[in-house]
Amino acid sequence: MAVLEIRDLTHYFGGLCALSHLNITLEPGTLTGLIGPNGAGKTTVFNLVSGFYRPSRGEIRFAGRNIAGLKPHQVTALGVARTFQNIRLWKDLTVLDNIRIAQHHRLGYGFADAVLRTRRFRRREAEIDAYARELLEVLELDHVAGELPKNLPYGLQRKVELARALSVEPKLLLLDEPAAGLNTADVEELIRHIRWIRDRFDVTIWMIEHHMDVVMELCSHITVIDFGETIASGTPEEIRTNPAVIQAYLGDDEI
Amino acid sequence: MSSQPTSVAVRPDGTAARPTAFQRWSVPALTLAGLAVLLWVGQSGALTKYTQTVIMFMAVNVIVSASLNLVNGYMGEFSCGHGGFMAVGAYVSSVLGVLLFAKDRVFGPPLLPPEWALVGFPLIVLVGGLAAALAGLLVAIPSFRTRGDYLAIITIAANYIVISAVENLDVIGGSRGFMGMKRVVKAMGRAWDLPWMLLWSFGFAVFTLWILRRFVYSTYGKGVMAICQDEVAAEIMSVNTNRMKVAAFMLSSGLAGVAGGLFAHIVGYVNPGSFGILKSTEALVMVYLGGMGSLSGSVLSAVLFTLLLEALRPLQIIKWIVVPLLLILLMQFRPEGILGNRELADVFPGLRRFFRFK
Amino acid sequence: MLSTIVQNLLNALQWGSFYALIALGYSLVYGVLLLINFAHGDVFMVGAYIGFFVATFLLTQAAGLPGWVVLAVTIPATMALTAVVGVTLERVAYRPLRRKGANRLYVVITALMAGLILEHGNLALLGASRKKFPELINEVVYTVGGVSFTNLKIAVILAAFAVFVLLHFIVTRTKIGMAMRAISYDKFAVPLMGIPIDTVIVFTFILGSSMAGLAGVLFAMSYPVLEPYMGALIGWKAFIAAVVGGIGDIRGAFVGGFLLGAVEILVVAFFPSTFRDLIAFTVLLVILSFKPTGLFGVAKTTKI
Repeated sequence: MAVLEIRDLTHYFGGLCALSHLNITLEPGTLTGLIGPNGAGKTTVFNLVSGFYRPSRGEIRFAGRNIAGLKPHQVTALGVARTFQNIRLWKDLTVLDNIRIAQHHRLGYGFADAVLRTRRFRRREAEIDAYARELLEVLELDHVAGELPKNLPYGLQRKVELARALSVEPKLLLLDEPAAGLNTADVEELIRHIRWIRDRFDVTIWMIEHHMDVVMELCSHITVIDFGETIASGTPEEIRTNPAVIQAYLGDDEI
Repeated sequence: MSSQPTSVAVRPDGTAARPTAFQRWSVPALTLAGLAVLLWVGQSGALTKYTQTVIMFMAVNVIVSASLNLVNGYMGEFSCGHGGFMAVGAYVSSVLGVLLFAKDRVFGPPLLPPEWALVGFPLIVLVGGLAAALAGLLVAIPSFRTRGDYLAIITIAANYIVISAVENLDVIGGSRGFMGMKRVVKAMGRAWDLPWMLLWSFGFAVFTLWILRRFVYSTYGKGVMAICQDEVAAEIMSVNTNRMKVAAFMLSSGLAGVAGGLFAHIVGYVNPGSFGILKSTEALVMVYLGGMGSLSGSVLSAVLFTLLLEALRPLQIIKWIVVPLLLILLMQFRPEGILGNRELADVFPGLRRFFRFK
Repeated sequence: MLSTIVQNLLNALQWGSFYALIALGYSLVYGVLLLINFAHGDVFMVGAYIGFFVATFLLTQAAGLPGWVVLAVTIPATMALTAVVGVTLERVAYRPLRRKGANRLYVVITALMAGLILEHGNLALLGASRKKFPELINEVVYTVGGVSFTNLKIAVILAAFAVFVLLHFIVTRTKIGMAMRAISYDKFAVPLMGIPIDTVIVFTFILGSSMAGLAGVLFAMSYPVLEPYMGALIGWKAFIAAVVGGIGDIRGAFVGGFLLGAVEILVVAFFPSTFRDLIAFTVLLVILSFKPTGLFGVAKTTKI
């Protein structure tokens, strides 16, 4: 069964149509790209999938279940995690805490347990802590576990945000411009890293990216949108040569 | 001191490992010691009644400032209606107390034997807190959709709503106020001659800190801090922000209600005017004086602020010029308050040997 | 029946005018600085006192002046002096914080404290005794078709509408008004465009505070008892009115003010008058719960 199936997804902001009739299917374990010029509505798609917006029309099926209209934390609890275009870590909580808090959907205890320090609380806290530390170790971030994100360099912050998304134990990972602000060497590493994450954590990855190198290198399938409309969809090869895509990116003028 | 890493149960990354015996027993021991001292103080007459009252006010203020800190400090909202929740707690527990344990002109003879007040008193204070927690929903539910300035207004409105509601309830004295709580306190004293109010004030202050610390430093409660730092990220990264807000607001207002209940029984008289915006402002001053997101800061500031108010008492009305002026200067020169968002242990790491702050 | 409705409508308009005039000050400052100027209610109180002193001074020093002359001098003088108070507040308390780039919250707390200082400073200086505002013009009661109203009531309502027209003109048609709106859109770009941001802010405070001064005099003439706490409750209410209308918007301040006036008069018509605050605040809370940014406010979309 497809991990994500989007049917006829349409969204309006007031009278403005930000997205119209988007159709996409993501198969398990694939790496898919979503590209388009600035303001094309890419992040809107992610916001719709993660529940931040309620779609005006259409269906979003995650693992067979329609998740349109669920709240973001409910969507996350089902196994959809994401990163943000502009890093949105909790900057004054340690890296370790960032990872721990993102397990809120499977805490398995409540207010009373926390206050009374019940056995369940202690067991779960130990497990959450152990999981977070292990994750940081696997991602080679254990040396910054006690740091505050605001004190970390940009590249590391991006990595921590990725780690936080992974701590949700997602089946579907949405990456919103993971290569933004990285230099060439970092981009090379990122490409390897994303592929490794897909295999290591067995997730399906859907990414928005402006770096064509990254998208073309990583994704087996790419969707291009412009002004909310899907203008092309296919393999990197097909996209590269698609005249509509070239026009959307370079404008109407003769080249 | 720190040359023996084994004695300090802190990992290199700053998180706590298993508590040592010291850490485990320091708080219970200190609490017991505190109660013993207060017991002695109350029985021996070493301190005047006035000093004892000041100590009780300190305890009440610790509860007020620490509980407001949960919302204004840890969650980063700007709630300025804490006085309203104190009023709910104060009135509910006072009326219950008088109804159950004291003879009253309006309510008639006590429903229960007065000596039961011994057990009943903490319960009525808690019931007052529970009622205040429910009143907290008045603010918690609007907070789902709005925050910042708009929520601040809602809290002010909630404060006024509570006050005017009490003013319009003639059964409990309306704007004239309500009294009779002294008789409840006396009933406790007659049953067993101990300085009950002193003990209970201290006990509830410790209880407040205990419950808040456990809440705030659990992964569950840290959701509150995540909301403070980035609410959108919190909601998208699996934190049920609405549930956390309800928990935080209800806990905060509930504890304010407990403080109100204690205050009412210490003073022996309440009227709606004493829980207005001025009371809420006092609470705000304490939170920002101590530092947002610091429980030990809240305790420090509550103690200092109580002393300051008492010291300024001879100035009468000038007091209310001096206190705001101090806060204005604080905002200009040290806006993060005494401790900022640090705990005492971050300032004096040696303390970690005795007590785990986080 | 009809006459009762008109009568109540007039009362609502009068109270609404007070609320609207004060709400303006909140709204203007919020629109420009995103600052809740919690001291504004007390600036209104100070305005009423200034009006009192100016009028008494004129009546004693220049005895024999006709009341309307005194009034004609008192109003502009009060507006100017109250504006000085407002601007002083901004210069002494808010601007240093702004310069430091302090958290908005600290400015809000400073405002709250400044309000307390104004209240209690007044109390300490003048004592708790209430002041009686002198009667400057003869209150004339007209009765038309069973509806009775005073010249004062009409003057208050007309003044509020005149202020609305004036402010609307300033904000939409003048250069400085446009600068005010520009700052609320983008406070980083405005200085880059060569607009002197401090001048605009001072102008905003002058506008807001002078309107509070005007409201102070009008209020004191209508309800001639002055006391230091008179600004607190009416200030909070006006503030809530500004928010219900949609803070930062002049129309919002007026609509919110008149709405609040109407709600209060309605409540008093049907319930004991002690219920006024209770119900007024509850209605406002309910409105805000359903329309969190007020009637005219634009919901800020969070961008991610």
